[in-house]
Amino acid sequence: MDFSALSKNLKKDFSTFPKIRLAILGDTPTQLLHQAIRGYGYEVGINFDIYEADYDQIDRQIFETGSELYEFKPEFVLIFLATQKALNKFYKKKEGKAHFAEQQTEYVRNLCETLNDNLKVRIIYCNFPEIPDTVFGNYANKTELSSTFQFRKLNMGLMELAGSIKNLFINDLSSIQNMLGRQNIYSPSTYTNTGIAYDLEFWPLIAKNTTDIILGINGKQLRKAVVLDLDNTLWGGIIGDDGLENIQIGDLGIGKAFTELQLWLKQLKQRGIILSVCSKNYEHVAMEAFEKHPDMILRPDDIAVFVANWENKVDNIRYIQSILNIGFDSMVYLDDNPFERNMVRTEIPAMVIPELPEDPAEYLPYLYTLNLFETASLSEEDENRTKQYQEEAKRSTLQHAYANEDEFLASLEMASIVKPFDKFYTPRIAQLSQRSNQFNLRTVRYTEQDIQKVAADPNYLSLYFTLEDKFGEYGLISLVILEKKSDHLFIDTWLMSCRVLKRGMEGFVLNSIMRLAKENNFTKVIGEYIPTEKNELVKEHYAKLGFNQNNGLWEMDVPTFDERKTFIKMNS
Amino acid sequence: MENAQILEVLTGIFRDKLDNEKIILTPETTAKDVKGWDSLTHIQLVVAIEKKFKIRFASSEIANFKNIGDLVSTVVKKLG
Repeated sequence: MDFSALSKNLKKDFSTFPKIRLAILGDTPTQLLHQAIRGYGYEVGINFDIYEADYDQIDRQIFETGSELYEFKPEFVLIFLATQKALNKFYKKKEGKAHFAEQQTEYVRNLCETLNDNLKVRIIYCNFPEIPDTVFGNYANKTELSSTFQFRKLNMGLMELAGSIKNLFINDLSSIQNMLGRQNIYSPSTYTNTGIAYDLEFWPLIAKNTTDIILGINGKQLRKAVVLDLDNTLWGGIIGDDGLENIQIGDLGIGKAFTELQLWLKQLKQRGIILSVCSKNYEHVAMEAFEKHPDMILRPDDIAVFVANWENKVDNIRYIQSILNIGFDSMVYLDDNPFERNMVRTEIPAMVIPELPEDPAEYLPYLYTLNLFETASLSEEDENRTKQYQEEAKRSTLQHAYANEDEFLASLEMASIVKPFDKFYTPRIAQLSQRSNQFNLRTVRYTEQDIQKVAADPNYLSLYFTLEDKFGEYGLISLVILEKKSDHLFIDTWLMSCRVLKRGMEGFVLNSIMRLAKENNFTKVIGEYIPTEKNELVKEHYAKLGFNQNNGLWEMDVPTFDERKTFIKMNS
Repeated sequence: MENAQILEVLTGIFRDKLDNEKIILTPETTAKDVKGWDSLTHIQLVVAIEKKFKIRFASSEIANFKNIGDLVSTVVKKLG
């Protein structure tokens, strides 16, 4: 999107979009950034409510706690500093140039701590695209006194800081400059005439990056799976015609392009993105490449659902989606064939389908530019997810063998650990709160920092639930946050991973909630359903569990509650 | 390219970037006369004009356009 297109969006109707309150603080004029972000919001369905401080007011706005910033109470604050200006500051330093990066990092820490003491806010801080000033030539890499040395160190310092401050997120402008080159993001005449730090066309990219981060934190637009075509997508040539030995991968032909694409996909898989295959081939022919070809990087273990047949791709993708049980909008489809892409796009418009370039050598560089896999948190369980889906396929086979639901559930030998939130699971708990859209009664999003606060707050009770069965472990799959009100216990959050639907987990969780209510001498538990675009699934949740409707809320009496039947054993 | 032709192209760019089909430019037109032509939209206009004519203005030129006539003659000069 170019700037002009975004600025034309400003006149359009935003009224149906959810509002997000964003404050923009900059050391140089930020009007273009403001317009670009608001305009980009239209593209992704966000009505940004923006407070833009006058420029060069960062310190006043943050350190004076009565400032307009605090009055505005933003959900997100975007802090933008121009490298050019910071560079001038560095130049003017008479001594201590070697400590510039540390001092600037400390300054950012200070900003964050002050914000955190006074606001519940997520901080998005722009890092510094380098300016190669050539004062020291290449020797700059050998001396701490060079700006090159200090700005690289500063960018690194920001990364480390973001690792320790949970609600600090880095807007990686430096990476955008690496991709596009300084000449394409910086306009000397614009900067000289207006003080605006970057070229007109850089602001839409900052806007996209900022919005990507915000959507990631809010659990929107998270891509969880990639569906892969095979012939001429994952390797060169057509395996059915050319034979196993002649597909281009490794050193054969343009195999390098495909090898490197596979290496990248494997990194995604290790990060927790699910890979599946959807190909027009005989299954045994396609599978043989994964099992036997010495140059293949992806192996059968890397693929969660493997579909190779001669059916329609749309049906096959729908089948894959039903096993993975995630929304189409969180699935990316890679296929070299424009015809297949269009067909899938027409039938499943929500799916993300990149227009791969014709030359396979350009697949990967093109995919880099899309930034498809933004996330706001990671957990160790991400790595095991492929295995979990493979286990799921086995369960679904077993289910067909039992006529009776109860017999099937009993045969699974399920067990669950139930505990209040603890440190060990904080990342996973936060991640689940950000990612769960369907089975989520109120869709309140929590960061790791929020979760720690809840765990420590005596006004809240919390529980997490794991689940395992004879096929394997699901890990942490459900959580509840309960707020102690004067005469009842309020269910602030009840969410569950959709992977464990139809296991009787809901009843098991309810039993735990009611037990906790009893232990804490509450006579009533109250729940609420807040509808979103995605949580229709739990519309009747409280009704099904036997809660009574009262003024739009759902009530359950503690003294008269009978434990629900469950096939899940409690482990401690 | 004739001055009149350039004026016509500029009018098109102004109409598009300022999103106003009613804009009519003459050599005497200044920023005051055109609704929405401020320091911010000026950047967009300059970038669009540079792109359209495949020219590059110097910083001092951008700062010194007094009116549309000035802009047209600078473009003519650049096109050589």
